[in-house]
Amino acid sequence: MEEILRIDHLYKRFEDMPVLKDINLTVNKGEVVVLVGPSGCGKSTLLRCINGLEDIQEGRVLLEGEVINPAGKTANKSRLKTGMVFQSYDLFPHKNILDNVILAPMKVQKRNRAEATEEALRMLDRVGLAERRDSYPRQLSGGQKQRVAIVRALMMHPEVLLFDEVTAALDPEMVHEVLNVILDLARQKRTMLIVTHEMAFAKAIADRIIFLDEGSIVEDSAPEKFFEAPETERARRFLSTFRYENVK
Amino acid sequence: MGFEVLFKGKNAIRLIAGLGIAMRISIISVAISIFLGIILGMLMSMKKPIINAIARVYLEIVRIMPQLVLLFIVFFGISKMTGLNLSAEASSIIVFSFWGTAEMADLVRGCLLSIPAIQYESSKALGMSRLQTYVYVIIPQIVRRLIPLSINLITRMIKTTSLVMMIGIVEVLKVGQQIIEANRKASPKAAFGIFAVIFLLYFLACWPISCLSRYLEKKWES
Amino acid sequence: MDPDILRSYIPMFSEAFLLTVRIGWIGILISLALGILCAFILYFRIPAASFLVKCYVELFRNTPLLVQLFFIYYGLPALGIRISAEVCGALGLGLLGGSYMTESIRSGLEAIPYIHTESALSLGMSRSQLFSSVILPQAFYISIPGIIANVIFLLKETSVFSAISLMDLMFRAKDLIGLYYNTTESLFLLVVFYVIMLLPVSVAGSVIEKKVRYRMFGD
Repeated sequence: MEEILRIDHLYKRFEDMPVLKDINLTVNKGEVVVLVGPSGCGKSTLLRCINGLEDIQEGRVLLEGEVINPAGKTANKSRLKTGMVFQSYDLFPHKNILDNVILAPMKVQKRNRAEATEEALRMLDRVGLAERRDSYPRQLSGGQKQRVAIVRALMMHPEVLLFDEVTAALDPEMVHEVLNVILDLARQKRTMLIVTHEMAFAKAIADRIIFLDEGSIVEDSAPEKFFEAPETERARRFLSTFRYENVK
Repeated sequence: MGFEVLFKGKNAIRLIAGLGIAMRISIISVAISIFLGIILGMLMSMKKPIINAIARVYLEIVRIMPQLVLLFIVFFGISKMTGLNLSAEASSIIVFSFWGTAEMADLVRGCLLSIPAIQYESSKALGMSRLQTYVYVIIPQIVRRLIPLSINLITRMIKTTSLVMMIGIVEVLKVGQQIIEANRKASPKAAFGIFAVIFLLYFLACWPISCLSRYLEKKWES
Repeated sequence: MDPDILRSYIPMFSEAFLLTVRIGWIGILISLALGILCAFILYFRIPAASFLVKCYVELFRNTPLLVQLFFIYYGLPALGIRISAEVCGALGLGLLGGSYMTESIRSGLEAIPYIHTESALSLGMSRSQLFSSVILPQAFYISIPGIIANVIFLLKETSVFSAISLMDLMFRAKDLIGLYYNTTESLFLLVVFYVIMLLPVSVAGSVIEKKVRYRMFGD
């Protein structure tokens, strides 16, 4: 198994508030890791640290052996090893779907328009949105926007994909179409780190579940084990919030 | 630099009294504008076609006609047409109220229309009467948005009143010119000092009000 | 209203109209250039310059154009700084307008949600690419309504130019009223020419605003 991401003793503070405490984690190529935990546990911040959007106080993040340093000169280059999709619809509203997808390939990777367009249309087709190439983000549903955002991240050919609660702002019927796209990516053996509250989805897609609480990794186990027999009381309490008592 | 003329005789007091005239005109005009503007704004939000057509023409006139042109029309035109002898001060109050009412009405209408329908519906669902809905739900929200905007209208009104010198009212700029004229020999640089001071006086009159309006807007935003 | 008098006045008003429009639009161009520059200084929080821009904006937004023009045209010559009435008119309007444009453009720049910055960065864009292809185009669309309102406001403000003895429309009207008492005809032409100056801008402004709003927000 080839190691692709390594995090050593990562500490992150906002002002004086510790957000992440001594995070150690390695992810192998092709692995799908799902991060779960109560809100405010630091799981989104961890993804943002991997993407180099947050500066860290101690420790380091290594992608394919290269240190990610958000302040460094090469931050933009090394960041490209990861592709991130955010919770809110972050498509650029002044550009149509195709231009949203090919903007970064053209500006950052200096690819020519024709070639980028060709790949973009192929990828948009795969998520069922090729015919919407000329639409503007506002004309799309939330689920469609998130599918475009995934394609936009994929266009940069990242080694690792980061999904930060990508379905949290969606209507229930749209959650499915977005998660299906991510399942498709798992079948292609993409390396992914996913933050989500969709427990059924986590169970279906994850090779590993990481449970964070109060800024630390509390459990790191296979999904079957985590959902059937969690080791810690904290994980049991977290999982119980998804169950309801029958009152009839 | 020409500031010395300020300390001669009652020059400084005369200047400030000149600004006082401008302030008096603007405060009266703002009061009339707010009163009439709220009424017109409420009428406009009822979406009656005839009222809206008239209001649109009125707002467009105010939108594209310089206040000074309106001032000329009222001051020179009305007396010519009707034989009525309107004083310059009365003319300016009429014009500034005409302008301010349009501005205010547009703000009131915008505020009323921006209250989401769900608020009326949920008030109804809670069993409130129409009057109760307005008194407890709608008006408190509108007032919070309207107060900063009306305060802002005051500063714009004060700035606009500088125009009244163009129809012969002796306000701060005119007093300034008189002082400069009277001291042409003794203080040749008076023009700089006087106009710099008037610049500053207007700033001191408007700036704190602008700050207050911005502060309230921020405070009540959430 | 006497049609013969109207006809004989039209050439004089046309001349004054062209002068007013010319100086007005030069002033507007100055105000746009100044507004863009100052808004960038504020947006990038350039030290010292930011402070100066803030002072300038507050000073010019809180004083009337008439007072600004008096200070520049009658006040500065006392210190030996003398500029022509035309330059003074354009410059004064440009300075006043610049302070308004700065606010419109700055608020446009700051209205872009931070998530766009983050997603552009996470796509590997540099700061300058982020600014030129994500922030700036969006800010432009958002600023448009404010800029249009400022243009209309500034064109209306040209009416005070007569105070610094520019022979503009107001000057012409007042002059003819004083000389011949043809008040009705003079005021009528004054209104007609201001309508010609502003109505097309107002209508075009509304059309552009609608288009831009549709492009950005889809309603």
